[in-house]
Amino acid sequence: MVEFLTSQLGVSIILALVVIGVMLGAVAYCIYFERKIAGWIQDRFGPNRVGPRGILQPIADGCKFFLKEDVIPGHVDKPLFILAPAIVFVVAFVGFAAIPWGGQLQLGGRLVDIQVAKPDIGLLYILGVTSIGVYGVVLGGWSSNNKYSFYGAIRAAAQMLSYEIPLGLCILVVVLTMGTLRLESITLQQTEYWGGILPMWNVFLHPLAFLVFLITALAESNRMPFDLPEAEQELVGGYHTEYSGLKFGMFLLAEYAHMITASGFIAVLFLGGWHFPWIAWTQPEATAWYAVIAKMLVLAGKITFFIFLMMWLRWTLPRLRFDQLLRLAWKGLIPITLGLFTLAVILVYVGQQQSLLWALLGNTVVLVIVLAAAGLSQVEVTGRQANLPSIRPGPVSTGTART
Amino acid sequence: MIKDDDILLLDEPRLSAAERLYLPQIVDGMTVTLRHLGKSLFKRPITVQYPEEQRQLRVENYRGVHRLNRDEQGRVACVACFMCATACPVRCIHIEAGESPWDDREKYPVKFDIDELRCIYCGMCEEACPVDAIELTPHYDLVGRSREEMILDKEELLSIYDGTRDLKPRKNPRITGYPGTGNRPEQAELPKDEAKA
Repeated sequence: MVEFLTSQLGVSIILALVVIGVMLGAVAYCIYFERKIAGWIQDRFGPNRVGPRGILQPIADGCKFFLKEDVIPGHVDKPLFILAPAIVFVVAFVGFAAIPWGGQLQLGGRLVDIQVAKPDIGLLYILGVTSIGVYGVVLGGWSSNNKYSFYGAIRAAAQMLSYEIPLGLCILVVVLTMGTLRLESITLQQTEYWGGILPMWNVFLHPLAFLVFLITALAESNRMPFDLPEAEQELVGGYHTEYSGLKFGMFLLAEYAHMITASGFIAVLFLGGWHFPWIAWTQPEATAWYAVIAKMLVLAGKITFFIFLMMWLRWTLPRLRFDQLLRLAWKGLIPITLGLFTLAVILVYVGQQQSLLWALLGNTVVLVIVLAAAGLSQVEVTGRQANLPSIRPGPVSTGTART
Repeated sequence: MIKDDDILLLDEPRLSAAERLYLPQIVDGMTVTLRHLGKSLFKRPITVQYPEEQRQLRVENYRGVHRLNRDEQGRVACVACFMCATACPVRCIHIEAGESPWDDREKYPVKFDIDELRCIYCGMCEEACPVDAIELTPHYDLVGRSREEMILDKEELLSIYDGTRDLKPRKNPRITGYPGTGNRPEQAELPKDEAKA
């Protein structure tokens, strides 16, 4: 038994159970903190009725979701209607499997990885699994047999398709730089230092790619300002209009789980995962249990920061209109990421992919080109699409009745 | 008909290079929200936690539930002139007049009902009343279990006056009855049925 528990498989199973448990709690409290932060930003209290400072609010919400009537309307496609929230929910949680939580642990004379699964294609696995989430959204909207739900679903599909491209190109930049698809190797490579001072985090190497990745991650997890699939004011709630009770709760929890996955992904790809510079506990050599816990806390801190950033952005920015959303992806982000991708390819070709000087020089060139293109272009970038016919006063109605 | 010359065509202002990038504007917005967040963390928000805390209302001119004033002798001050019922834009005041048992006025209200659900709390009745008998009080938390319960009759309106007398005294207690008749209330005697009650 002890033999099994200290083996890689045993550790993976225990870790999976712990991660799922912690994530469910974290997701519930994300909703609480989202509402609290919304309150603070708007000079209000936020939830403060259930328990001291409203700390028991998620538990009350959970009870409410369990006890509410779970309505399945008569006109829906029943199997798909039930399947959709399950897909969204499961997919949002399995993404955590490939995230390296805390390096290696010395256990009974062996080194085990604090990682549920260690596939060679860990990066592609997370990318693929999070993209399946859109199937749940589309199926939910489609099976609801409701035009507003369907609008939400097709918006989600178009948005996901558009933003997968810059997201994938940003990841390619990292993959080209690191030369591996294994997330734990990507983390390990980032724990070295330039000149013994600056950690080799990808954010210093490719700041523009980091920024674009942050924006696309927001869009991929349907967060403000890209939450058009669930635009309440336009779509009566979007793809989950017809859902109630626990099924609605699953959509809600999945959104926050997606946020945590995206944050963890950003932290691993660009901010060195569990690595905290200059402290011995979080260096790859440290494998004692307290070092592993310290590393997990560092990663949790980075994830918390990005979740806070997402909430902060949500309560700052208004929603984009749909044509603006697609224009941002196709005319803004994709050209920029293509430039960054070209830059990464050139750096690999000349063998300078880990050189801070060359990478920053290249990023500056890309930034200058982008700024010049934005400043010099004569295309009207306004609220209205530039190629729409301009408004001219047409013939004024003289009041004849329409037939 | 709108002439073509009357239509002003405005072009949307052209965005600068920084505005086209969106990012400087987003950072500006985020500093604003962060400032508010920090303020809320270290300073209590101005929100009033309603059932526990209550706002200090302006007693003089807050327009809440009505009351029917009494004169110094405890009689209903109303003279059943129907001015309030006429002024009322939603016709929520129902008065039945009867011959006054007192000699300082001809009529008094036998019944005086106000439908508090129908009322829009505009205060026109208070404006219209020649004897300052009907007034609005600062009470706003009026509840009931049925529509019928929310129709307040004369006794209920008088008891609201008893409850709010100290908070908001009657504006001009000297006016009761027809002004200028010489029959001032201090000279009038209590009618027998009211004295018993």
